[in-house]
Amino acid sequence: MKSGSGILSLVTAESKRFIKFFISELKPKGKLFTPFNIISASIITLGAVLIVIRFAKGLSSVTNLSQEFPWGIWIGFDVITGVAFAGGAYVLTFMVYILRQEKYHPIIRITVLNGFLAYVFYAGALLLDLGRPWNVINPIIGNSFGVSSVMFLVAWHFMLYMIAEFIEFSPAVAEWLGWKRIRKVLGGMTLAAVIFGITLSTLHQSGLGALFLMAKSKIHPLWYSEYIPILFFVSSIFAGLSMVIFEGSISHKVFRHRMSQKVHASHDDIVLGLAKICAAAMFVYFFLKVIVFIHEKHWLYLNSTWGYLYLIEIVGFVLIPMRIYVQALKYKNITVVKFAAVLTLIGIILNRLNTSVIAYNWQALNKYYPTWMEIVITLSVVFVEILVLRWIVNRMPILSDPPIWASDEKEERIKKIYLIKEEEPEKWKVSSM
Amino acid sequence: MDRRSFVKTLGIMGACTLPGRALQAENMGDETEFYGILVDTTKCVGCQTCTVTCAETHGLPEPDLDALWDSDVPRKTSDKQWTLINRFEVDDQEYYVKTQCMHCCQPACAAACPTKALLKTKEGPVVWRADKCMGCRFCMVSCPFDMPKFEYNSPVPKIQKCVMCWERLRVGQKPACIEACPEEAIIFGKRRDLIDEARRRIYEDPELYVHEIYGEHEVGGTGYLYLASVPLEKLGFRTDLGTIAYPEYTKTFLYSVPIVITLWPAILLALNNASKQAHESTEKED
Repeated sequence: MKSGSGILSLVTAESKRFIKFFISELKPKGKLFTPFNIISASIITLGAVLIVIRFAKGLSSVTNLSQEFPWGIWIGFDVITGVAFAGGAYVLTFMVYILRQEKYHPIIRITVLNGFLAYVFYAGALLLDLGRPWNVINPIIGNSFGVSSVMFLVAWHFMLYMIAEFIEFSPAVAEWLGWKRIRKVLGGMTLAAVIFGITLSTLHQSGLGALFLMAKSKIHPLWYSEYIPILFFVSSIFAGLSMVIFEGSISHKVFRHRMSQKVHASHDDIVLGLAKICAAAMFVYFFLKVIVFIHEKHWLYLNSTWGYLYLIEIVGFVLIPMRIYVQALKYKNITVVKFAAVLTLIGIILNRLNTSVIAYNWQALNKYYPTWMEIVITLSVVFVEILVLRWIVNRMPILSDPPIWASDEKEERIKKIYLIKEEEPEKWKVSSM
Repeated sequence: MDRRSFVKTLGIMGACTLPGRALQAENMGDETEFYGILVDTTKCVGCQTCTVTCAETHGLPEPDLDALWDSDVPRKTSDKQWTLINRFEVDDQEYYVKTQCMHCCQPACAAACPTKALLKTKEGPVVWRADKCMGCRFCMVSCPFDMPKFEYNSPVPKIQKCVMCWERLRVGQKPACIEACPEEAIIFGKRRDLIDEARRRIYEDPELYVHEIYGEHEVGGTGYLYLASVPLEKLGFRTDLGTIAYPEYTKTFLYSVPIVITLWPAILLALNNASKQAHESTEKED
């Protein structure tokens, strides 16, 4: 009894402290009425109104979806492109936790956080698109498992991967809240979450491509291939990393005040390393695309509007940015790398939209164009994600150094080794600032 | 191996055999044959009685009968009309063709559905179940005939398409359109018998019919079968769909899933271990 009430009082005290702390953290840091805040707030408000209309009156009240085009930009851009852009998280966790490329460690948290939020919001945008979202629990709770469905697989992997990414990211939350013991437990789960996460990513990145395997009679032959799953997977590698480069260059400016010395100093080196992986992955992707093209004898399609669109995508936004990456690596030019990253991202948007919307049902007489309302809702989803990201980065140790009590055990160990070996403790004190 | 882990292994092995047995039993009990419908386009006169009856039976709005004569392009079914007749002119001869869900033997929509809302019943009809569907519209993306239609105008939308009057079938009645047809252009029966009947008609009147039954092999076979006296692509049929059942296209991917799920973690762990040793040895060298 005595110990029970002791624990209870401890829990209440701790939760009181937590609530107080949380409320104090909810307050905005910095000025409230910046141009960015005003624009994003008005778009989000408009988007929220439109979402209410969508659920009250049905999808046709805000979208241009039709019987011929059941999926529009909410799926083609928000989900399919958004998830490809979020691929950076699994590639980087592979580099850092599996291959132990410590070089990339400084940006692992921001990348995983970005990936996690991308999944929450962009895969979450799927709920807006679902006609009967209240039944979304059916494939989850097991009262109706469509195990032969690619969609079932993708949906499950989204959910499980969100959990895995949250575990990967959770030590930062524990550090923010000052939960030392929980931080230790969560830190111990990282490797398992990483392995699970990479496996899931492999499957759902390719799974998004596999969604279109049964649309064989609808997608233009230049974009349909039995290899769509593999092409989607390979392209998610450089899509994700290009996004990391792109976002990095923005957060480098916006979050300068939160950035630790380590992140700041290693930035250029990291960007060049990522550019190298991008170039290699793009070469593989381009090679696969060429093989598919030649194997399926698509020469005749080239001299048509569709053929030109295909060439723009493959040459203009895969081959050329790959070449630019290589060139930038040669001269170690960060600005050019960023330019290549932007081109690559446009190429991915083109490819995903071509497959899912533009070249989908290419013979249909009435084409699909998104309404302004679909675009506003998409933008609100993006802005909400950015605001949540900013809130977290400004509070938790994402770009900044973790608190001293939570510093890496391994680093401690290395410190000890060096202390004994070199007997120069002062040197370490300086460099670990 | 100690006793505890031995018992554990035994338990796991036993558990593994359970679903296997259940599956076997399911297959053995499945002796019903699919029902189907044979459409003889040489007999159809375009009276549209089937269209009207279908709407009455399923509580759909009254169909616009003049559209048959007004429309230049073949019309498609909609969320308000499950079946309709299209008119085609080939060599100065008029042909009427009924359109509706084909009730594939291995339907793409049912394989695509993450909640099994679309279901191939053992009687043959492909039906939709409101309590399962979450409205992802993957069935619409997958169906080679573009048959599932979605109610975009409704906050509680349904998937609308022909269900071959499954509710009538189960009480021993024929589909409503079959009973309504005054020309016997559509007949109902076991799919196997219908194919025999179609072959007999071609054999007895080889001049009249093209020697092909649309739906016998298309996309792995469909419940609806068509006879015609002109090549079927001239009557608005897609003849480029192939004979492979649509679910086969995702089979390779789905079969590779368990392989990746089991192999990837092992490979990643091995890599992690290898890099650990490499990392430590370089540290020592430093």
